[in-house]
Amino acid sequence: MKESLGTTGLILNEPLLWEKGKKGRSGFSLPRRDVESCPLAPELTGEGPDFPDLSEVDVVRHYTRLSQWNFGVDTGMYPLGSCTMKYSPKTNETQAGRPGFTGAHPLLPAGLCQGILRMMFELELYLAEITGMDAATLQPAAGAHGELAGMLLIHGFHRKKGNKRSKIIVPDTAHGTNPASVALCGYRPVPVKSNEQGILSVEAIFDVMDDDTAGIMITNPNTLGLFEENSRKIAEVIHGRGGLVYCDGANMNAVMGVVKMGAIGVDVMHLNLHKTFSTPHGGGGPGSGPVCVKKHLEPFLPVPRVVEENGRYVLSDDYPESIGKLQAFHGSVGVIIKAYSYIRSMGPENLKKASQLAVLNANYIKERLKGVLHLAYDRPCMHECVFSDKHQIDDHITTLDMAKRLMDYGFHPPTVYFPLVVDGAIMMEPTETESKEELDQYIEALKAIVNEAKDDPNLLHGAPNKCKVKRLDETLAARKPCLAG
Amino acid sequence: MHYLPHTAEDIESMLQAVGVEHLDDLFSTVPEDCRLQEGLDLPEALTEWELDEHMAALSNEMAVSPEYRVFMGAGSYEHFIPASVSYLLNRSEFVTSYTPYQPEMSQGTLQAIYEYQTLVARLLGMEVATASHYDGATALAESLLMAVRITGQRKVAVSSLIHPLYRRVVKTYFEPTGYEVLELPYLNTGLTDLSGLDEMDGLAAVAVQSPNFFGCIEDLKAVGEKAHDKDALFVSSFTEALAYGLLINPGSSGADIVCGEGQSLGIPRSFGGPALGMLATGKKYMRKLPGRLVGQTKDLDGKRGFVLTLATREQHIRREKATSNICTNNSLCALAAAMYMASVGGSGIRELALLNHDKAEYLKAQLKKEGFTIPFDSPTFNEFVVEFPPGFEATYARLLKKNTVPGLSLAPYYPELANHYLLCVTETRSKEDMDALVREVRS
Repeated sequence: MKESLGTTGLILNEPLLWEKGKKGRSGFSLPRRDVESCPLAPELTGEGPDFPDLSEVDVVRHYTRLSQWNFGVDTGMYPLGSCTMKYSPKTNETQAGRPGFTGAHPLLPAGLCQGILRMMFELELYLAEITGMDAATLQPAAGAHGELAGMLLIHGFHRKKGNKRSKIIVPDTAHGTNPASVALCGYRPVPVKSNEQGILSVEAIFDVMDDDTAGIMITNPNTLGLFEENSRKIAEVIHGRGGLVYCDGANMNAVMGVVKMGAIGVDVMHLNLHKTFSTPHGGGGPGSGPVCVKKHLEPFLPVPRVVEENGRYVLSDDYPESIGKLQAFHGSVGVIIKAYSYIRSMGPENLKKASQLAVLNANYIKERLKGVLHLAYDRPCMHECVFSDKHQIDDHITTLDMAKRLMDYGFHPPTVYFPLVVDGAIMMEPTETESKEELDQYIEALKAIVNEAKDDPNLLHGAPNKCKVKRLDETLAARKPCLAG
Repeated sequence: MHYLPHTAEDIESMLQAVGVEHLDDLFSTVPEDCRLQEGLDLPEALTEWELDEHMAALSNEMAVSPEYRVFMGAGSYEHFIPASVSYLLNRSEFVTSYTPYQPEMSQGTLQAIYEYQTLVARLLGMEVATASHYDGATALAESLLMAVRITGQRKVAVSSLIHPLYRRVVKTYFEPTGYEVLELPYLNTGLTDLSGLDEMDGLAAVAVQSPNFFGCIEDLKAVGEKAHDKDALFVSSFTEALAYGLLINPGSSGADIVCGEGQSLGIPRSFGGPALGMLATGKKYMRKLPGRLVGQTKDLDGKRGFVLTLATREQHIRREKATSNICTNNSLCALAAAMYMASVGGSGIRELALLNHDKAEYLKAQLKKEGFTIPFDSPTFNEFVVEFPPGFEATYARLLKKNTVPGLSLAPYYPELANHYLLCVTETRSKEDMDALVREVRS
């Protein structure tokens, strides 16, 4: 076996910001005062915030040290299932950082912002082509925001038809945010169980679909990493009773150039640019969750929309049936630029190749680990596969123990305890940007951990041992919340 | 393709391990009638060199500083960002990590967000702040929904001087819920008219923005008292976070929930996004907050550490009963704001805020001297409204050609305010810029 990636090195301690610094220091070159002072009435002014005063060096060392306590895709493999931690190409950062983009005011007259408008217009076309839909909006700020937009579109559609429907079908293999997005829009989520193969049966949907149901929210490929094979027939059942099909497209990275959701009955779907289209996750955001729709939902898209008029681009508010606005301005434009440059760099063939290799990597892990860990559903998977801790129960070792121990081997753990349909789930998504050597080393690490579970379980109970901190007490944090210093 | 590491040999041996012959065979579970037969109709791949050329051309078609002088704020402000902030923010350990679900490997993000929450709480005069939201508008919508949850009332009163685009977002969020949004008109002083509140009952919240959309500083104490008289929560919104370097903060004026946009704190405008939604409240409403929260705890050895906490409010546990559907926070934007606040410091933010105020006052005074009307006489921070003579559109168009954007026309948002423009001056506009603007609008 190769030498383990995980090792220990010199990491520096660093106090909280306000535990350092001295009054009178500054890390900022204050712009020159070229006008006279003009005092504001004292009853309107306050003391000013109690911030520490730090020098530029103080600030630089502080955040450099903090960054060294973090692990990112650039550090190593990050197989978080459902999160798609693929490599974020550096050129995309350069493109989004161009002064013409970063310095642009969102309310500039159209004539002064043609570059961004053209980029947005083209990206909408590309996303519609990749999904097989007719139109798109880039306004939603994240996947869950896209889900909300989708629910609002469905709501707007039914309202126009004079249908008052109160329910949305949400399968147990859907993303965790789906039921909350449904509820935010005033609908009641109706849960449906997946079958013994981990997918939805047409019968199960037929049984719950009725005239009071506005539609279904289906994650495809689902959170078990399986393609919903019956999606076309399910769409027929939903449409047959006047409902609409929403596809949570967070997992579109598995099927680019392979399946067009618009061709298999989907009416509306969102994409996560920070998953499928390689924009970095930034420690939790910003993301971007564009929504693509078929023709019949286009009138309801958020405003303003980018419109082409004789080779010039303008923003138009002239959509009286629009659901309105989801953000003050035009979405996460800084993120959108990165996704645009990713698609332009990849081209159609490489996008398809990326999906194929993502699926290859996941199936490779699945095959090589299925004798080692318990595999929840032994069938060909898409971009991710789900194991569990079933084989480790007798060793009194849990999914969490194995996840924490993986850190000592230099890997970020997979997603754990999700999806809920699998007890003690360990959900792995390697993505296409990991090489075979990297996967082999990860597989070897997991094999070693499973052996340790038998031979030296305390190693796992005490893990991680090589991080900045030992295992943290999350119960204490919730019982006695301390959210500010 | 240099992002895809697989050699033909790798693919061959991996396919063998999986037990299929071709890459296409991996998709055997996708029914034949679901599979795409033709290729995607997208432009062919560009090399990195070609991409640079293409993107530079797009970027060059944008009107930005220093070639353009933009006197427009209205929720998006041009402030100087120190190189240290941009440089630190690009560290890939911050950029390429995920939501810190595995805290032992994410202490950098977690401590930084804990510090962000603390600095925001101090800036706004509140006890608890969230780890951030999408933008100021969605933070306002979430705050009003939070007020509805806390009070059990179904109506909110919203000032007509809250940013018009924020109000449209609130309308979008509220539309399917059946909750009602009532609007409070404005007075000719440029402040919110609170007298209508006397007639309103069953309110969950009264929301105002300060400085408001006209740039005027609202009397937050009076709003708070009036809201509490009606047993409603006082929601205080803002678009210019820097103002609280100078102005009395909403917390000490009685606000129950404070929400707004933090773009001014070290985040480039980027055509409006990504932005930074800030949301803060008191400890008593902590468990009603939407979105992520970071809390302090201890590790097995008793050492200080940080984790995501109070997750029982959140969608992945409570599903449809969650306080919100939010899964993403704008973590990297929050980090930028924390770095910026740390760099500017307590002394610096006050100086900087004063400079913004004084520069705006200079331009206001010069325009007044030239005979232009300043229709609202309440004190302002770094934005104010000017009424130009009829026919100003032609001057506006002429100035655009001279690389100057002389503010935002208010008529599309307030039809009664024809020829009224909202102007903004930050520390990035020099006295020469302002003198040149005055000369141009005069001629």
